[in-house]
Amino acid sequence: MNTTIMLFLLQDGITNGAVYALLGLALVLVFAVTRVILIPQGEFVTYGALSYAMLATGQVPGTARLAVAMGVVAFGLDLFVVRKSLRLRRVARSVALNIAFPVAILTVATALASPTTPIAVNIALALLIVAAIGLFLYRIAFQPIAHTSVLVLLIASVGCHLALQGLGLVFFGAEGLRGPALSSAALTIGPLRFTGQSIAVYGLTIAFIVGLWLFFGFTLMGKALRATAVNRLGARLVGIRTTLSGQIAFLLASLIGAISGILIVPITTLYYDTGFLIGLKGFIAAIIGGLVSYPLTAIAALVVGIVEAFSSFYASNFKEVIVFTLILPVLVLRSLAAPAVEEEKD
Amino acid sequence: MSALLQVSDVHVAYGKVEAVRAVSLDVADNEIVTIIGANGAGKTTLLNAIMGILPLRGSAVFAGADMAPLDIEDRVAAGLSLVPEHRELFATMNVEDNLQLGAFRIPKAVAARSFERVYTLFPRLKERRKQLAGTLSGGEQQMLAMGRALMGTPKLLMLDEPSLGLAPIIVADIFRIVGELRAAGVSVLLVEQNAQAALQIADRAYVMELGEFILNGSAKDIASNARVAASYLGFQHEGESAI
Repeated sequence: MNTTIMLFLLQDGITNGAVYALLGLALVLVFAVTRVILIPQGEFVTYGALSYAMLATGQVPGTARLAVAMGVVAFGLDLFVVRKSLRLRRVARSVALNIAFPVAILTVATALASPTTPIAVNIALALLIVAAIGLFLYRIAFQPIAHTSVLVLLIASVGCHLALQGLGLVFFGAEGLRGPALSSAALTIGPLRFTGQSIAVYGLTIAFIVGLWLFFGFTLMGKALRATAVNRLGARLVGIRTTLSGQIAFLLASLIGAISGILIVPITTLYYDTGFLIGLKGFIAAIIGGLVSYPLTAIAALVVGIVEAFSSFYASNFKEVIVFTLILPVLVLRSLAAPAVEEEKD
Repeated sequence: MSALLQVSDVHVAYGKVEAVRAVSLDVADNEIVTIIGANGAGKTTLLNAIMGILPLRGSAVFAGADMAPLDIEDRVAAGLSLVPEHRELFATMNVEDNLQLGAFRIPKAVAARSFERVYTLFPRLKERRKQLAGTLSGGEQQMLAMGRALMGTPKLLMLDEPSLGLAPIIVADIFRIVGELRAAGVSVLLVEQNAQAALQIADRAYVMELGEFILNGSAKDIASNARVAASYLGFQHEGESAI
């Protein structure tokens, strides 16, 4: 094998790995705070990517309408909860968040939809749509069962994945879509050519990791999220609402998913069900990180990306098999190293 | 004096088993009230129900407001705070972060003053402020749990077995501080197995057995009650010094 090929593969692997790292970090975050294993993470990727691609062609994606529909359901649930003591402030907040927010996005998207809309606007719209869907998904599917076991939450999570994937087929069709690149600039160093797109991938991944670190290390809300992850009852006893922590975790996860999607869609064609496979690779990284360690997850994601790049070169038929096999030795090692733990009951 | 906390005819059940039956109690402003009783009498269950961790049947009114529709977080915001038996600290975060989160519901300016107050009460916590909560000794963890609760400037602090598993010298320290809270305008509802220490600092006391209050009165009267002395204080007649 010559060095140039190796460098190419490494570059390719690191670009993909960076995206997996983002997804893996989001999975760890959501699991730590809410104990939900976020299978629909892949759908956030697809929705972000394909909404962006559709907006770029001047169409309003169906996801914008889905956000409105989910907002209405979320509002209904909120009303049901406060039915005994109708507190006006709570209802007003709920209307603003669940009705006004998604309707505003849909209105803006409809008003601005044209093939000449600037890329930045399309990105912002796609992110807002997916963020709203993530937020409402937590409110509708997970908040009412937040106190149940990890297994119940996992089953709900699989259900959400299937539902969202089916809706994805309705909104985007079975044909794949590709979006416009963020920038057409390119940089050549030796034999390697860095496109503006791949530089954006590295830059945004690093920015997100630094941003998350600052958020969790230095802001009160970030610390509150960590506190919820460390000790749920303790957090409630100082007045941190677990529902608020859950909403923020889902908001971050859906944003990260959508950004990953927008970063990939100019590089590869995405289909309505591609996100699942991409999400699974982030999941492998998260599992290697034990669903708790952020740095381990990020490193594991890079390894997954590199292994994927090399195996698609040498044995492309077995690409996925090789990548997913990575998880086996890790699981064996972990089961040997860690004593069996009973699931916490709260 | 109007009651800060008024609990009337409260029942708490785990499934079909009633752990607390027909209990009524009140705590006034600036008062230290203790509930003493043996292990399993239902003391912790009662505190958890008042805090909203467990559902209760009956009425609980705090600072003039019925607490039935409020969940834990709302009760915290209303000025009720519980230091639970297992402390429930954020073990992987440092002392300062734990305290800062204790002030989650109050404005930043007030939180700055809370920090000063807590560090004055517990100088030990100031020395350890960059240490992870999980690596503190038992006594320090108890101080941190109390400090974290006080950061939110509660009107009523409920302490669940603060002396559990601690060395006697630290227990004395903690009880001294509980006594000082009154001067800071905080009422205390103290649940203890260590009846001797609790009765010394309390104004009034309730004695709990098998989920019911069997006695209540001023701490002095309870301490000199022959039955209490025999069951909880470990001596047969009154007049001896505690400790």
